[in-house]
Amino acid sequence: MQKTKELEIMEEVLPQSYEKTVGKSPAKEFWKKFKKQKLALIAGVFIIFLIVISIIGPFIAPFDFAKADYKQTLQGPSWDHWAGTDAFGRDIFSRIIVGTKISLLVGFISVFAGAVIGTILGLISGFYGKWIDSIIMRFCDVLFAFPGILLEIGIIAILGPGLENVVVAVAIFTIPMFARIVRSNTLMLKSSLYVEATKSLGAKNFRIIWRHIFPGAISSIIVYFTMRLGTSILTAASLSFLGLGAQPPSPEWGAMLSAGRDYLGSAPHITIFPGMAIMLTVLAFNLFGDGLRDALDPKIKD
Amino acid sequence: MVSKLLEVTDLETHFISDDATVKAVDNVSFYINNAETLGIVGESGCGKSVTSLSIMRLLKNTPGKIVGGEITFLDQNLLNLSEKEMRAVRGNQIAMIFQEPMTSLNPVYKIGRQIEEGIRLHLKLDKAAAKARALEMLELVGIPRAKDILNEYPYQLSGGMRQRVMIAMAMSCVPKLLIADEPTTALDVTIQAQILDLMRDLRKNSDTSILMITHDLGVVAEMCDRVIVMYAGQIVEEASVLELFENPQHPYTKGLINSIPKLGNYTERLDSIPGNVPTPENMPTGCRFAPRCSFVMKQCLSEAPMLKGVQENHSCRCWLSEVEKND
Amino acid sequence: MLQYLLRRLLGMIPILFIVTIIVFLFVHLIPGDAARLVAGPDANKETIELVRKDLGLDKPIHEQYFTFIGNLLKGDLGTSLKTHKPVFDELAGRFIPTFWLTFWSMLWACIVGILIGIVSAVKRNKWQDYTGMLIAVVGISIPSFWLGLLLMQLFSVKLGWLPTGGLEDWRGYILPSITLGTGVAAIIARFSRSSLMDVLKEDYIRTGRAKGFAENSLVKRHAIKNAMIPVITMTGLQFGFLLGGSVVTETVFSFPGLGRLLIDAIATRDYPIIQAEILLFSVEFILINLVVDLMYGFLNPQIRYS
Repeated sequence: MQKTKELEIMEEVLPQSYEKTVGKSPAKEFWKKFKKQKLALIAGVFIIFLIVISIIGPFIAPFDFAKADYKQTLQGPSWDHWAGTDAFGRDIFSRIIVGTKISLLVGFISVFAGAVIGTILGLISGFYGKWIDSIIMRFCDVLFAFPGILLEIGIIAILGPGLENVVVAVAIFTIPMFARIVRSNTLMLKSSLYVEATKSLGAKNFRIIWRHIFPGAISSIIVYFTMRLGTSILTAASLSFLGLGAQPPSPEWGAMLSAGRDYLGSAPHITIFPGMAIMLTVLAFNLFGDGLRDALDPKIKD
Repeated sequence: MVSKLLEVTDLETHFISDDATVKAVDNVSFYINNAETLGIVGESGCGKSVTSLSIMRLLKNTPGKIVGGEITFLDQNLLNLSEKEMRAVRGNQIAMIFQEPMTSLNPVYKIGRQIEEGIRLHLKLDKAAAKARALEMLELVGIPRAKDILNEYPYQLSGGMRQRVMIAMAMSCVPKLLIADEPTTALDVTIQAQILDLMRDLRKNSDTSILMITHDLGVVAEMCDRVIVMYAGQIVEEASVLELFENPQHPYTKGLINSIPKLGNYTERLDSIPGNVPTPENMPTGCRFAPRCSFVMKQCLSEAPMLKGVQENHSCRCWLSEVEKND
Repeated sequence: MLQYLLRRLLGMIPILFIVTIIVFLFVHLIPGDAARLVAGPDANKETIELVRKDLGLDKPIHEQYFTFIGNLLKGDLGTSLKTHKPVFDELAGRFIPTFWLTFWSMLWACIVGILIGIVSAVKRNKWQDYTGMLIAVVGISIPSFWLGLLLMQLFSVKLGWLPTGGLEDWRGYILPSITLGTGVAAIIARFSRSSLMDVLKEDYIRTGRAKGFAENSLVKRHAIKNAMIPVITMTGLQFGFLLGGSVVTETVFSFPGLGRLLIDAIATRDYPIIQAEILLFSVEFILINLVVDLMYGFLNPQIRYS
């Protein structure tokens, strides 16, 4: 990417500003830039809140999330039931609280698995080049040839519906994205001087990759990781909504929404509240990811 | 008596960021006469490009801001013009060419269209007349197959050809002043010479003045009538070209001249000025050049020298030249 | 240009080849005996063997692949296990509604997305920009099935203006298109903004300013065309998002398209249908990206004339 004009002129005025920023601690620099992004900060606090809820959720939920109460079915929001009750009289608010853990875990495990495999493939591909690079990149091309969520649907069609298989499917979908990002970072870093220098000192390939290239790619990885978390939570909820992921009576948000479809006319709250939970969670990760990107690595595009 | 075309008085351009304010151009004054070529030299970071962008008032998309001074051009202060009035000056009475000929033309439009649009904007010609004018300009700047080039895209031309196109574009509305910001830096040496020849011819055959921004004293020697040397946002020396090369006063100017390679002069190595331009945070209290100066005195570290005349039409910002005068 | 076209067409072939292999292997990837699954749980041994022979599963695998490709080229995609009708006929009636659904969604998403992106880039860091980008980030975060249900609740259940689902006339397209296009519109808006902002930093824009052009006319004359070239490439990729998203949207609105057929087929384990659908969606996606590549080549003079 071309250097921006603004930067060029700043550099002309501050010839050593670059060295100066490098001299400061990267964590401090990051925090200085990140704390300016108010929305991302709020999103970060909300994510911490979600993590806490997902741990202590079962203990603070006002009702037993699984207990049916046939005297109180399809009730709208009230003082007792903040988000109303579903067709079995279960408290929706409690179910949303307990379901937080499912969505966060599914998102985190699938993206983590995909990111680890993708990063390894990307490092190998970018560092060794030649035939192994071609094979890995063609493999990525093929995965990208299946449009969007259809790759996940296809994988689940083979493996069968279920939350575990959703995790596998989303992870596979995530692999090529990380492979490509890490590969392009690796190519850039490989040609940079300091790696050339280490090479001439006789360092082993593995050491070069682990000590010099991977740390250089880490900020891109972190930014993509956060952004993929939001998307993956959304995808997992979509698959559950389609009946391919979590199955009733699980308090997974997508599955809850799906169960509420039949009562859209009489009890819209069954769909409204779980949907809002999904949206706020995904929004938080997206805003947080945007903030990280702006502070860590402004080169990355949407 | 030649009249002054442009007079810059006490120009102050600051770069304002969250942390600090940087005086990129600090109290700079100079003038350009009609049909004259003035050079501004200095290392990158001395504020010479910011000065030229300030004259054009093109700092809008940078953190830079003009905070003081006057820029008088044809008896009006450009800083008092509205944005709309300023647009009528840009490209029309003051034109500019830049360092990067490879990226200064829009890659998706034909050369002809890019020259014609400026002509149509300022000279209010119709399409056919603008095209004829564009063709005439391309021929003037020595582009072979000018007619075909009108219908070609920038990527089809070499760097030198593109810079010729940029010059044709800049000269097409017969500007009073052409600002050339490092016009040859990005080009091969042989092409550099051709472009400089072209600019000198254009200068001779029109009454356009040129403001030449460069880091290369060789370019100055070849092109300019007078020179300003800038260092860390300030003018440190001003003289005619002959005077400057024969009788440089400021240690910085001397250093710059000594760092030009000379033909037939087999010294072991070129003299380069030790050290770097000071960062805004560590701006010296006294003379800004003192930390790098080999003639530094006690006075230099505590008191900042003023720009003072050493002779007629030659001024310098250095305690040394004042001491000499007092002797 | 012709060379570029040929290169693109040739580049498609290996991808198509691998996609057909994967789709072909699909039946073999299902854990367990495909013939037993197809024949159903109550089938006896003889029936299973009959089905195996019928599906050609008794032959060597490469021979099976050639038969598969041969049938494919003849338009024979097999027979639905549920309706026992040819898969081709099942898909044919569903293709047109899904095509129009994705078409209308993409159309409005492009128009709205690009407009929001341009306004945000031009009014950078002003309220228009903040509003536009807030809408966009909400747009990419909102679950489409939830948005669809909310729209249905408001416009169909409460106001009664639009049908709750199905496809009796053109009105059946409105809510599904809004639902499906929202995410893509948001992505296009964000991308257009950053692309235009990058272009506005280019040297040739500075040249335009130095020529005396006003900011607005610079955007119109010089920036938009350059900024749209990467947007077009990105839009091609977003078609994947739309094709995949159509599965969800069609399920929400009981829309008689390919997407809902796929979900029904997965529920009933109608493997020939699933196989054909995945193949169709992938080939469509590959073809759309080919068209997008050609448009990119057409807009970029360096490719058009070499």
